[in-house]
Parts: sequence; structure tokens; C-alpha cells
Amino acid sequence: MIFRISRSCFSSISVKLPPFKVHHLELDQLPQTTTTTSAELLAYYKSMQLQRRMEIACDNLYKQRLIRGFLHLADGQESIYEGLHAALTFDDCVITAYRDHCIALLRGDTPHQIIAEMMAKQTGSTKGKGGSMHYYKKATNFYGGHGIVGAQIPLGTGLAFAQKYNKKPNVTLIMFGDGAANQGQLYEAANMAQLWHLPAIYFIENNLFGMGTSIDRASANTKFYTRGDVIPGIQIDGNNVFQVRETLKFAKKHCLEKGPIFIEAMTYRYHGHSMSDPGVTYRTREEVQQQRKTRDCINYVKNIILENKVADEHQLEEIDNTAQNEIDIAVEQAKVDPVPPSTELTTDVYVDNQNHFIRGILYKDSILPKSQ
Amino acid sequence: MQLLRRVYRFGSTKHRFASDITSTNRQKMNLFQAINNALDIELGANPKALLFGEDVKFGGVFRCSQGLNEKYGTDRVFNTPLCEQGIGAFGIGLASVGYTAIAEIQFGDYIFPAFDQIVNEAAKFRYRSGNQFNCGSLTIRSTWGAVGHGALYHSQSPEAYFAHTPGLKVVVPRDPIQAKGLLLASIRDKNPVIFFEPKALYRNAEDEVPLDDYELELSKAEVVQQGKHITLIGYGTSIRVLKEASKLAEKDGVSCEIIDLQTIYPYDGQTLVDSVKKTGRCIITHEAPQTCGMGAELSAFIQEKCFLHLEAPIKRVAGYDTPFPLVHEPIYLPDKFKIYEAIKQSVNY
Repeated sequence: MIFRISRSCFSSISVKLPPFKVHHLELDQLPQTTTTTSAELLAYYKSMQLQRRMEIACDNLYKQRLIRGFLHLADGQESIYEGLHAALTFDDCVITAYRDHCIALLRGDTPHQIIAEMMAKQTGSTKGKGGSMHYYKKATNFYGGHGIVGAQIPLGTGLAFAQKYNKKPNVTLIMFGDGAANQGQLYEAANMAQLWHLPAIYFIENNLFGMGTSIDRASANTKFYTRGDVIPGIQIDGNNVFQVRETLKFAKKHCLEKGPIFIEAMTYRYHGHSMSDPGVTYRTREEVQQQRKTRDCINYVKNIILENKVADEHQLEEIDNTAQNEIDIAVEQAKVDPVPPSTELTTDVYVDNQNHFIRGILYKDSILPKSQ
Repeated sequence: MQLLRRVYRFGSTKHRFASDITSTNRQKMNLFQAINNALDIELGANPKALLFGEDVKFGGVFRCSQGLNEKYGTDRVFNTPLCEQGIGAFGIGLASVGYTAIAEIQFGDYIFPAFDQIVNEAAKFRYRSGNQFNCGSLTIRSTWGAVGHGALYHSQSPEAYFAHTPGLKVVVPRDPIQAKGLLLASIRDKNPVIFFEPKALYRNAEDEVPLDDYELELSKAEVVQQGKHITLIGYGTSIRVLKEASKLAEKDGVSCEIIDLQTIYPYDGQTLVDSVKKTGRCIITHEAPQTCGMGAELSAFIQEKCFLHLEAPIKRVAGYDTPFPLVHEPIYLPDKFKIYEAIKQSVNY
């Protein structure tokens, strides 16, 4: 999908956006083009490449059994995270489900912290206690990182309420997938948001499959952007970083003036639902390869860069290598980090950490409760 | 309404113990294959049986429903959307008009959106309608327990929440032969049953499982190992841990009696009491957090019935009172060393 691109002046490059589908909105409210610069293009490319390399590194670590448990990779969907990062500020809250590594990266965690967390090391983002599904960052208003499907939606609605209550010029981006769109709690939350005009953006990452079930076998209405009923909605190409960015800018303005909005971003995940899912029992390998060839979000930006001679193949390869290098260093560091000490088993259950006898695997490694 | 004759009733045999089954018509199966076999038998014998849940159609994430959609069709073995509350409630509705609803909740950790429906609707249906209606033909199957790397949301053991609700039955099998018999009994029991399947045993536990249609009695515990000095009570994966611990204790000359509770609620108090009256000592173990776990209920019950027979306080060796941890799982779980230590403390009291 190559859109007509023209150099309108020396530094700014114009990009035509793909068509939008709207619900309870007028198409002319949305932009048809946007502009970007060389610097911005390279920044997007580098950042998305870093995300991609990080996810692939996690895949390798999982196969080496250095990451264990449940791992849900987002490679293929990087433009969504890049777009939201470009459109929103760190004062806007973001909350999502378990496909959260790239958001953690963009919201301030380093690759080392992220990989260490997945490997359950002490140096991880959440002290090694959360794992792949539980990244959080208070300083940048990233509220995680949730394992139970749909549970983050009413939670995010509460965040939006707090923002409105405190008269903040900020919104909450509530992210979830096409599978979660069938959870009752979404409709409870959206109803509250519309009733009280909350600044909540309900953002559906539609990658066409809820684990192994395709959208038309799970949802009676697959036009997820209309599922908010009276709440306006927009459907976009999630693999186009510019469309994601411009839509979210529009959405933020809409939320602060009027109330909630539903955004459906069409995208695709290259991996299965998680590392336990090969991802080819419910879709063909050919389909996955076809998506990689024609709809890859990083290639889209790469083509704009090459066509506008912002950089050449060789320079882009250097960026790729730098990104790979950064990830490799992070991985090596994380491998040698220690796991959290046994005392961390019983901390953070309540506000006051209680005194427990924790029996070590060998008795001599036990932690005795401190005497009162 | 014409009640369908349940043909299988003449073909199915009911047993108290798996050891009573004399059939030589057996096949080596692991836990998920045994569950699959049980579901196959029920779907085959009972045209009103329906199996549904997330990703059930292609065989299920743990292969429990493998081949069943191909055999019985999408009318009877079908996927639901991602909505546990919907799955649970939909099952209650189906059961109340006479269908045998077998609802699958993919992980026990995800059962909580359905908690209200199970506890408020399913458990009290018969009671509140004065026995006009019931959802007895509902069985909810869900996976259960630690699996080595499941962390907070793929390892929980929620049996205690449901054992606290009269009107429900809760069952946890320890191996493939028990699982098949108990599952068939649970499905056919005229009360709503929650059947928790230990996911760690799906592939690891293997046995020569009889291919016949057989049921094992609910609300009956089984003495898995005879012993003289101390009674060890557990269920599901814990039975293996108790056996390992008892081997350690044997070296010290302590003979342990191991009881598998099987039906968590309503439990077989008589078997437990008979055993503790004989041994005078008792340890109860479960992966779920200690406070208000099944160990608490069983301790209270046993001390009430066997007070003068007890030589030592009843001990519970359970998970810590924390969320199920990530990397600290080996320290969190009640392993054979912790149980062995509890045995020593009890015997030396």
C-alpha cells in the first residue's frame, strides 16, 4: 500500500492518509493528509525497529527457556504504539492488556529493564515480580499491563473520570483487542463514560483473531468501531503510523470537548497469540507471509524514507544494526542479573510489609521473621 | 416434556474405588486424553450433552476436546466468544431446560467474571424456586493449579471460593483414571459441579485407563496409601507431593496414611475422621493460600470430631498468603520438604 507522497518544501514531506471509516462522525472532520520531516521519519523507523528487534529477542529467549511462562509478542503492530506515542503526552494515561512490551518501551522503560522483567530478574521494570504481562510506569502514567482480558477497560474508565474530575487537559487511552470487545465489562464502562462525558479513548487493536478464533466467529458485529453504539467511532489502518497519530490527535481533542470515542485500528500480529500458540492452526503461513510482504508497518516508513531520499539502504541498515546491538547488550546484561530475593515473595501484598517466615528450598536459606 | 431415556445408565458402571474396576479393556492415556475420552463417551451416549467454551472447537488449548467437534458437529461442540460471565450464565440457562451443559473456562484464574452467576444463580436455583427448576445438568470444567511458570494469572487454585457456596459441588481429580470416572460422575450428577483439572498433570500423568463407561462416586475420599502414624490429606497435584514426602518420612520409620479428598465439597468427612482416629495426627496440604483455604475447614471439622484422639495439633502446609508469584514459585509451593518438616514436627510434638 503505497500512498502518493510529495515533497512540498525542503524540510516537510506530505503523506496522504488511507481512508477512514466513521460512525456518528463526519468524514470531513478528519484530515486527508499530514506532514512529516526527515528527522521524524528516521526517528519512527529507528523506534519501530527497536521494538521489533526486542520482540524477536524475547522470542529467542523464550525458546532458550530463559523467559518462561506466558509471553505475548506484538511484532507486526509496532506502528500503533509509535503512533500513540507521537500523538499523546506522558500526562495522558495509557492502560492495556498483556501485549504491552512495546508500550513499556515507549513509556520510559529501557530494553534492559523490559527484558530483565520477562526473565524475572530483580532489575526488571516491576522488580521481577510481574513478568511479561505486568509492566507499569507511574512517572509516565502507564497503568499496565493486565492478564485478565477486559479487566483494564473499566479500570481505565476510572482513570478518565479522575482526569475529568481534576480538570486535567488529558485523556486516557484504553487499549484492548478484538477478543476483549465481547466482554460485558466494556459495555458497562463505555456506558458510564458516555453518560458522564469522560475523556476515554476506547482503542481496539483488531488483529483479526482472538487467540485462535477469527473475529467473524466471535463477534456478531465485527465493525468494532460501531460497538460503542451512541459513542462515535473511527476505523483506521493501524499499520500506518501517521494515520494512528492523526486519529489519536483528533480523538484527544474530541474527548476533551465532548466525551468518549471508539477507535478501531486494523492490524496483524506475526506471532501466535502467545508463545504456546504456533499461530498457523487457524490461519495459513501464506497469509502471515503475505501480511509481512504487503502490510508491514516498518516497511511502509522505510519506503517513504527511500522514495524521498531521506536515507539510503545502507544508512537504514546501520540503524537496524544499532537497534540490534542495543537489544543484544540488554539481553546479555539481563542474563547475568540476579533474581529477586526470597523476601520479595511476601512484600507488597499490603501497604505495610508483614513479617513472615519464608521457608527456603534448603532450610538454611530460610528467612526468619524479625523478632517483634 | 418427554424425558429422553438415558441409555448410558444401563451401560455405565458406578464404583467407589478405581481399583474395583475389573475391566481389562484399557489404554495408556494421560490426563487430557482421559478427559477427552470421558467427554467423548458422554457426548456419544447423551444427545442432549453440549460442550462449549473458548477455543474448544479446534481441540482446546490443552487438547481436551480434540476431535470432538469433528465427531459431534458444531451444534454440540462449539466456541463461545471471550466472555466467561456469558459462558457460565449461558450454561445455567441450558441446564435449566434439561440440556447437559459442559462449560469450559480455559484457566481457573479467569473464572471470576462468572463468579456471580455461579454463586448467585447456579448454586441457588433449586433452592429459590422451591425445586421447580434446577441447573443440575451443568458442569463447569476449568484448569487448576501451579504449572511451573504460570505466575499470578495461570496458576490459581480457586476451589475454596466455591466450597464456601452451598448448592455447588467441587471436584479435583489426581490422575487420569480418577479424572475420567469423576468427570462422568460430575456431568451426570444432578447438581451443578465445578470440575477443576490440574493443568500440570495434563501431559505428565499417565495410566492404563479403562475404556468403558464408568463413574467414580462423588463425595467419597480415597485412602491412597495406608499408614499408621499420621494422616496426610490433599487433592489434585498435592497427592504426588504427599507421596514423595511420605517416602522421606518412611526413612525415619514414620508410616504415613495418604487420603485424596477428591470431592472438595461436599467432602467425605467420615473417611477423614476414621483415619485420624487411627493415627492421631494430621496434616492437610493445598497450593491455595493458607488462610481460609480448604485446610482451614478440614482442620476445624477434624478437631471437632477427633479432639480426644489427637496427639498433636493439625497442621496445614499451604501456599503463602500472597498472590501466586512469578519466579518465587518454588519457594511459594508446599513442596515435599515443607510437608516432611511438618510430619517431623507433628510426630515429635
